[in-house]
Amino acid sequence: MKHVADPSVWLMIGTIVVLATAGDVSLAGAMRHIGDFDDIRARSGLRGAIRAVLGNLRFLFGVLCMALSFFALLFALSWADVSLVAPASAALTFVTNAFAAKWILKENVDRRRWFAAVCVCLGVLLISR
Amino acid sequence: MQSTLTFRRYLVLIAIMLTASFGDTFLSIGMRQMGPVSIHHLSSLLLAMRTPWVIAGVALLLGFFAAYLTALSWADLTFVLPATSFGYVLIALLSKFWLHEPVSLARWTGILLITLGVGFVTRGPSYTPHTPMETATPVLAGQAAAQAEGDLP
Repeated sequence: MKHVADPSVWLMIGTIVVLATAGDVSLAGAMRHIGDFDDIRARSGLRGAIRAVLGNLRFLFGVLCMALSFFALLFALSWADVSLVAPASAALTFVTNAFAAKWILKENVDRRRWFAAVCVCLGVLLISR
Repeated sequence: MQSTLTFRRYLVLIAIMLTASFGDTFLSIGMRQMGPVSIHHLSSLLLAMRTPWVIAGVALLLGFFAAYLTALSWADLTFVLPATSFGYVLIALLSKFWLHEPVSLARWTGILLITLGVGFVTRGPSYTPHTPMETATPVLAGQAAAQAEGDLP
């Protein structure tokens, strides 16, 4: 197992965080672009809704990023402690998602949401101890 | 920002928490029954896919993904993620009372912080409305731009 101070551990955690954030932001952007899923299902049925989702390139890119992030996590777990990699990547992803949502998705990330993101981030770190 | 949460949408958020936490717990039980998987024998992960607990876990995580996408279609990412993070608390409670794992004071503090964050974000608006220019397809965006130009004096 590699030590917490090993830069390669943090490089791997950084890779997981970047891929997970890219996946989450792409999926959120795709679903916003497609529109309310319930409305589409009411209009064109479940098959039409699935077709709308699967035909969206941003969605497919998001799924690819999520899959790569999952495999990067599995790879990291094979040579670093789960108690470090899992909580660190989950908590950091909360913060990077807030930044990405604000700057890329143009979401209104107000003080309430920043406070919630920081609370959840600290909570995830503590819960994994 | 506007709040668009109906009872049905709260149910979708609850479904995300339940499917994620129970899915992870089922996977954990299944993988424990399998025993440690060596990096040199990754093919044994395929054998794990025949374990009932793992199959149930994967099915629940597929349900999680469907519910997560549904929620993202009517709520912001920065709303959905904290609002559904209560699943971490459920995992800790399931670990304590079902898998009989010890839960330290630090974990209970973490549970309290996550609950605080969830309570905070769900009391606020769930969605940032965007102009058609930002969300619509290029054709619709072009129509919206043309309409906007036509509205100008």
